[in-house]
Amino acid sequence: MLSRVADSIYWLNRYVERAENVARFIDVNEYLLLDSPMGLAQQWEPLVLTTGDLPLFRDRYGETTAKGVIHFLTFDEKSPNSILSCLNMARENARSIREIISSEMWQEVNEFYLMVQEAARAPDSVVLAEFFTDIKRASHRFAGVMDATMTHNEGWQFGQIGRFLERADKTARILDVKYFILLPSVRDVGTTLDELQWMALLKSASAYEMYRKQGQHRITPQEVAEFLLLNMEFPRSVRHCLLRAERSLHHITGTPLGSWRTPVERAMGRLRSDLDYITIDDIVQRGLHEFLDDLQSQMNHIDSTIFETFFALEVAS
Amino acid sequence: MKFKHYDPGDFYDELFMAAGQPRPDAIPLIDRIDSLSIEDIRQRQQAAQIALFKMGVTFNVYGDDRGTERIFPFDIIPRIVSATEWEVLEKGLKQRIYAINLFLADLYNQQLILKDGIIPEEIIYSASSFLKPCLGLQPPAGIWCHITGTDLVRDRDGQWYVLEDNMRCPSGVSYVLENRRVMKSTFPVVFNTMKIQPVEEYPSHLLETLLNLAPPQLIDPTVVVLTPGIYNSAYFEHSYLAQQMGVELVEGRDLVVSDGYLKMRTTKGLQRVDVVYRRIDDDFIDPTIFRSDSLLGVPGLMEVYRSGRVAIANALGTGVADDKVVYAYVPAMIRYYLKEDPILANVPTYLCWEPSQQSHVLANLDKLVVKAAGESGGYGMLIGPHATPEQRQDFAQRIQATPRNYIAQPTLALSRVPTLFDNHFEGCHVDLRPYILYGKEIYVNPGGLTRVALKRGSLVVNSSQGGGSKDTWVVCK
Repeated sequence: MLSRVADSIYWLNRYVERAENVARFIDVNEYLLLDSPMGLAQQWEPLVLTTGDLPLFRDRYGETTAKGVIHFLTFDEKSPNSILSCLNMARENARSIREIISSEMWQEVNEFYLMVQEAARAPDSVVLAEFFTDIKRASHRFAGVMDATMTHNEGWQFGQIGRFLERADKTARILDVKYFILLPSVRDVGTTLDELQWMALLKSASAYEMYRKQGQHRITPQEVAEFLLLNMEFPRSVRHCLLRAERSLHHITGTPLGSWRTPVERAMGRLRSDLDYITIDDIVQRGLHEFLDDLQSQMNHIDSTIFETFFALEVAS
Repeated sequence: MKFKHYDPGDFYDELFMAAGQPRPDAIPLIDRIDSLSIEDIRQRQQAAQIALFKMGVTFNVYGDDRGTERIFPFDIIPRIVSATEWEVLEKGLKQRIYAINLFLADLYNQQLILKDGIIPEEIIYSASSFLKPCLGLQPPAGIWCHITGTDLVRDRDGQWYVLEDNMRCPSGVSYVLENRRVMKSTFPVVFNTMKIQPVEEYPSHLLETLLNLAPPQLIDPTVVVLTPGIYNSAYFEHSYLAQQMGVELVEGRDLVVSDGYLKMRTTKGLQRVDVVYRRIDDDFIDPTIFRSDSLLGVPGLMEVYRSGRVAIANALGTGVADDKVVYAYVPAMIRYYLKEDPILANVPTYLCWEPSQQSHVLANLDKLVVKAAGESGGYGMLIGPHATPEQRQDFAQRIQATPRNYIAQPTLALSRVPTLFDNHFEGCHVDLRPYILYGKEIYVNPGGLTRVALKRGSLVVNSSQGGGSKDTWVVCK
């Protein structure tokens, strides 16, 4: 398949998934702050800090206020990771590969895009909670339609890699948000408030019910982090996402799992097996935030090796 | 009753012979529409527009950096062409395309038509669309113009004329296919009773036309559609056709010349390309030969093409037949190459480079349409009767400065078709662009794009100038 096409389908899926996760991201933050006695404006800063957009945000908005950050992440066309920008990019990628994806997929992206465009025209009349629910649904619809209507060929596998890498990255970031929220209130650790916050976090990753169902029911920070990072079967956990991405990658290359021929197989396999054998105690001992930071930089490395291996073909002339 | 007050006026109406008298082929349609309430009709029109928008059947508007897409306005009253009329058009188009193809082959090789003095040599050599690098070119199967979208119009008396041949990259066929799909769900009952010739075979015929150009020994040749990219106004169509044919849609940056062949960059390395359906103008196709600032084309492509290691449709250099001065000689080409009389007439054309014709043009600027010889799409044109004295003065100066670049034609009273306005119907002027494929034989897709001037009284049907489209129903024999 054309390198450009593979690139587009990869990013189409990444952007749709990103829009969904930005919605989850803001949702959890708002929820956490509602219960927080502090309720401080600075609690919004981590949201733009973790995406690396803080300098751009400061340029455009100055102080980090709730209203500013939410606008920046939802309807600001100049902000590259806003929901609006994600949908613009998703649709642009979809348009450039319309003949590759199914018509049903195109329609889903197009309607998703039109829905966000419409909301962006009158942002003040948007009820955010409902809007975020719509975003999540539209993203799930897209994933479902893609699964059900497109041949599970090379292009589809590239799409899967895009979706799962993006999801792994964002689950890690959602966990990081809690870390920042927690910082000014260490004394709250272990209190009811703390438990409420971890519950909110689970909910934002649609993980609350599934967490409760898996044998142990009590909510402890360690167990929640373990669930979101290391659970093998929960579809938003980082480990699960990496397993799925790795499987798709090996589908494309034909290399048997557990071995590698390209730098990307090596990078992906290495990170995935790290997660297979690490324990939550190891992670906590190293520091959760440091671990998440490192995880993200390894995933960025995987993304750039994908680009080099499949998309940026050098031609000897 | 919807048509009780409809007045065809002093024009040829495609659906009515006179007020209250529909043409025989249109009767089932008119009866059906009469039986519906105006609200129902408006709802159907809206549903059709929404269906087109949701499918993304749009075109881009140039000069808008956000790449705004608009839906090509669609009117639900179709144009109907009778079987007997279509038979003549089909024959005439085949004859015309066949002759133009012979002309192109001759022009870029022996040039007998110039040597015999049928067309003055300086006309050809002064045409910017004549490509010297194509001299001596022998495209596969001797075919130059694989895909054509000829613009036809009809005058007040019902006489058909060829307005333009569009030998380069005619667009619009995707609207024909999508409009038909939408119309089938808009008027299913009428559609069933009326026996209308299908247009849906176009993509299959197009694929065959392209496969016909691949070297016969290749079992599974690679065919691609080459697009300038998603910001091109016809991008939807490029993508649509690639999808319908099941071939790759590529951009210039996907292609590279390597080891003397054209190849595309894939996730598994370079893969050879055998046939290119290009939707990029000649000028942009190879920056090493033509426009060096082109980022859309592929450096070195021309050399691969000349050596016969890749086929391109349409062949490079076909644009010369679109020059409006060369167009004026098509009837002469038909007589010269085929020894036949043209079945379809040209619009009478005055060539400003001939002094006697120029003075006639200058004296009658208020009655004529003046067109720049190298332009298309409704640009660079003066509609005399609707122009201001200043505009006419401006064109008079331009004609005198570069007479070779201008032709003039009488202002035709284009035929009309009833079109929905708010809650009634009005006649709007239309043209017709059928699509013709030259493969193993010549195929004319039955129907074509009926473009309609939606501004009251306007004669300009181009999408860039506020035109819309209608479905075209060719009735079966």
